[in-house]
Formats: sequence, C-alpha cells, structure tokens
Amino acid sequence: MKPAPFKYYAPTTVEEALTHLAEHGYDAKVLAGGQSLIPMMNFRLVQPSVLVDLNNISELSFINPDENGGLRVGAMARHHQVEVDPLVAIQAPLLHETMPKIATAQIRSRGTFGGSLSHADPSAELVSVNVALDGRFRLRSQNGERWVPAHEFFIGLFTTVLQPDELLVEVALPAMPVRSGWSLMEVARRPHDFALVGVAAVVTLDENRLCQQARMVFLSAGDVPMVAHRAAELLKGQAPTRESIRAAAEIAASEDIDPGGDIHATAEFRCHLANVLARRSLEQAFERAAGNE
Amino acid sequence: MSNLFDLAVTVNRVRYERAVEPHILLSDFLRHDIGLTGTHVGCEHGVCGACTVLFDGQPVRSCLLFAVQTHGHEVTTVEGLGTIDNLHPIQEAFHEAHGLQCGFCTPGILTTLVPFLEQNPNPSEAEIRAAISGNLCRCTGYQHIVDAVKLAAEKMRA
Repeated sequence: MKPAPFKYYAPTTVEEALTHLAEHGYDAKVLAGGQSLIPMMNFRLVQPSVLVDLNNISELSFINPDENGGLRVGAMARHHQVEVDPLVAIQAPLLHETMPKIATAQIRSRGTFGGSLSHADPSAELVSVNVALDGRFRLRSQNGERWVPAHEFFIGLFTTVLQPDELLVEVALPAMPVRSGWSLMEVARRPHDFALVGVAAVVTLDENRLCQQARMVFLSAGDVPMVAHRAAELLKGQAPTRESIRAAAEIAASEDIDPGGDIHATAEFRCHLANVLARRSLEQAFERAAGNE
Repeated sequence: MSNLFDLAVTVNRVRYERAVEPHILLSDFLRHDIGLTGTHVGCEHGVCGACTVLFDGQPVRSCLLFAVQTHGHEVTTVEGLGTIDNLHPIQEAFHEAHGLQCGFCTPGILTTLVPFLEQNPNPSEAEIRAAISGNLCRCTGYQHIVDAVKLAAEKMRA
C-alpha cells in the first residue's frame, strides 16, 4: 500500500524544525528513522498532512561523553551507530548489549534512538532500557526546553508527554555506580521479532555486598515500560541469594506487571516468562555487580 | 497541489535527476521512475526484506524510505552488484549452491549480504542465519541459502 500525499519539509537545523512544528501542530508528524512511521503511513493508519524530516539535521547525530562520566546520545543517532560506538560499549554496556537485539540489520541502519523513544512502543527494548538506566530526555520547543526523566516520559500506549510542538533532541544517561551490574533478557520467536516479554535489569550492591538498588523494567508487559517497584522493595538491603532473587522474581511477575494476551501469547504465559526472565536477569546482573568493584 | 521535489540521486553509480512527489517510496521510484525492477516489493511494511537496497553502503528497506530522502546520496540495487557476464561472487555462489528457487526474495538477500560479508569474512552459521533474519524466503527453507552464503564467503576470501 502507498502513503497519502503530504507536504514535506527537510530542515537542516533544530530551530527550523521547531518552527515547522509550531506552525503545523497536530497536522505535522516528525520523520526520524521512519521505521515505524512509514509502515503506518503505507497502511494509511496515519495520514499526516505535513512531514518534518529530521534526517538532514546533522547536529542531532552525536554520541558524546558528559563531564560526569555519563553519556549523551543525540535523538538522530542511528541504532547501528549506537551498536558499534566504542564509547557506548565502555560506558553503557547494557545499551551496547541491547542494540543487536533491536529489529533487523536493515532497520538498525535507519532507525534512530530518539525515534524509538518518541514512538513509545512498550515492546521496544530502548524504551525499557532507558528507564532502567535512569535516562533523562531533553525536549525542545520554540518556547524553550525541559528535561524529563525517562520513567515520567511514557504515559500510555504509544503515548508520551511530548507536545505537538516539541521535539526530543537528546538523551542523558548517567554513569553507572561502582558495584553495579546489568542484564537484558527477552523471549522472541525469532531473533529480531518483538519480544513476547523482556526485562532490563540494573542492580547496585553496597559496601557489604547487600542490594542497594535493583531496578527491573519489563517490556511487552503492559501499556508502558513496567517498573518492578515491589520486587525492588523486597530486594533492598538483602543479600542477593538464590532465595531472595527467586522471591523478587515471583513478586515482579505476579504484582508488578500487567501483560495482555494476544495471538502470540496469553497473559498467563507472559507472566510465566516474566518470572523466569526476572530470575535469570537478576542472577546475571548481581553476578556482574559483584565482579564490578 | 503541485508538490514536486527536484531529486538528484546516484543509483548504481549513475546520476538520476527527476521531479518526484514526496510521498513516493524509494522502492516505487526505483521500479517505476527509473525502471530498475530488480528491487522486489513484497510486504511494503518492513517485514519481508525483499526490497532491501544499499543506502550509502548500508542495507535499508526501500519501502521504508521516501525517494526524496535519497537526495544527494548513493543507492545500490541488485542491478549494481554484477552483470550476467561478470557476476558478483555472492551471485555466483547463489547460482552454484542453488540458493534460490522462485527468486523473489533473492535481490534483497544479496544486497543484505554485501556489507555483511565485507565486515564478516568468515561468519559462523549462527551469524549467517542472524544476518538474513530480516529476509523472508517461502521456498527454500533457508538451508541452501545458508550453504550459498558459506560458499560466497569462501569466494570473497580467496
């Protein structure tokens, strides 16, 4: 099927893009990598009258270190670019491990960091991983800018706090504290498919090797990235033993998530997978944390 | 509404200048505007991989790109890989190892493999299967495709 006609703008600066968004509001759609938007346009599920293409804005394609040992990723950094970036491999190993699991090579050539987050598909790895890493998003409009924490950015199915005149321009990922470990696990029928369920875990141990913080964020387990708050409470201050991990995984899968059923899997099966993945990912994350003094 | 865009793009080392409407997909531009029908159109929503071409050397789905977005860039289609008399080593390998049956998915698989084999001269079977996981083939069951990729890797190393 073919997309409906639209008016096309290809600005070369963020200011110019923001001018178009301010002028056209809800009639305009932002085109980043287009790997979700263009399929929807081909099906005519979406028929924007104006398309603002960000692909000629080179100032949004950066991956830089920040002064606090963290990472800044421009909204138009491509998945492939993040996947092969040496800085990401060192400073954000969870992100580095995540990238090859996203879609196919052809999609990763075009798809962008900011595009995936703005699309806010709760099955997308980057959505949950950015919440797990406590990322902060910089949103700009003609009226100024604001920083929004990742966990407040996603408010519903494919829905974010972005206003029609706003653009996600940059993501700041803090440095991981010492004695931290990470894991991303998912179950998908084929390597590149959307996961039936997945989980991103980041844990930190204190000086006595007790759990200081354990953040698990599930994908494909609700309308938004699902943060396992009860499991985190249970683990806090505990030694990461087989038993405490098992108990936390149980709570996470039974109380912290709200998966739906569809033709790919029932809700019950998704909860079962979430339990198994939570346990395995916590084991891996705590093991890495212990070796990461 | 006259909404034409003056597009200048290099396809298979030939420069094309055409006035196109912004909503024309790259896949349709290649096939209908410049007559390169080697790029096949399967699903038109980024699942089947049949329309894969190289965009500045990287594999992309040409149904998920507007033709106007290639302005000033380089595109390589299956027609740019080799000629009948001088096949690309990957094409030779697919011929010899029977890596295709109906051939509909083949152009997308060949273009996907060019950068993959350049970057991974000696891939494992698991790596090969992951590399072509975005290309659906309904005939072969993939076994002969995997054999052909192994043979292609050998030829390209030689």
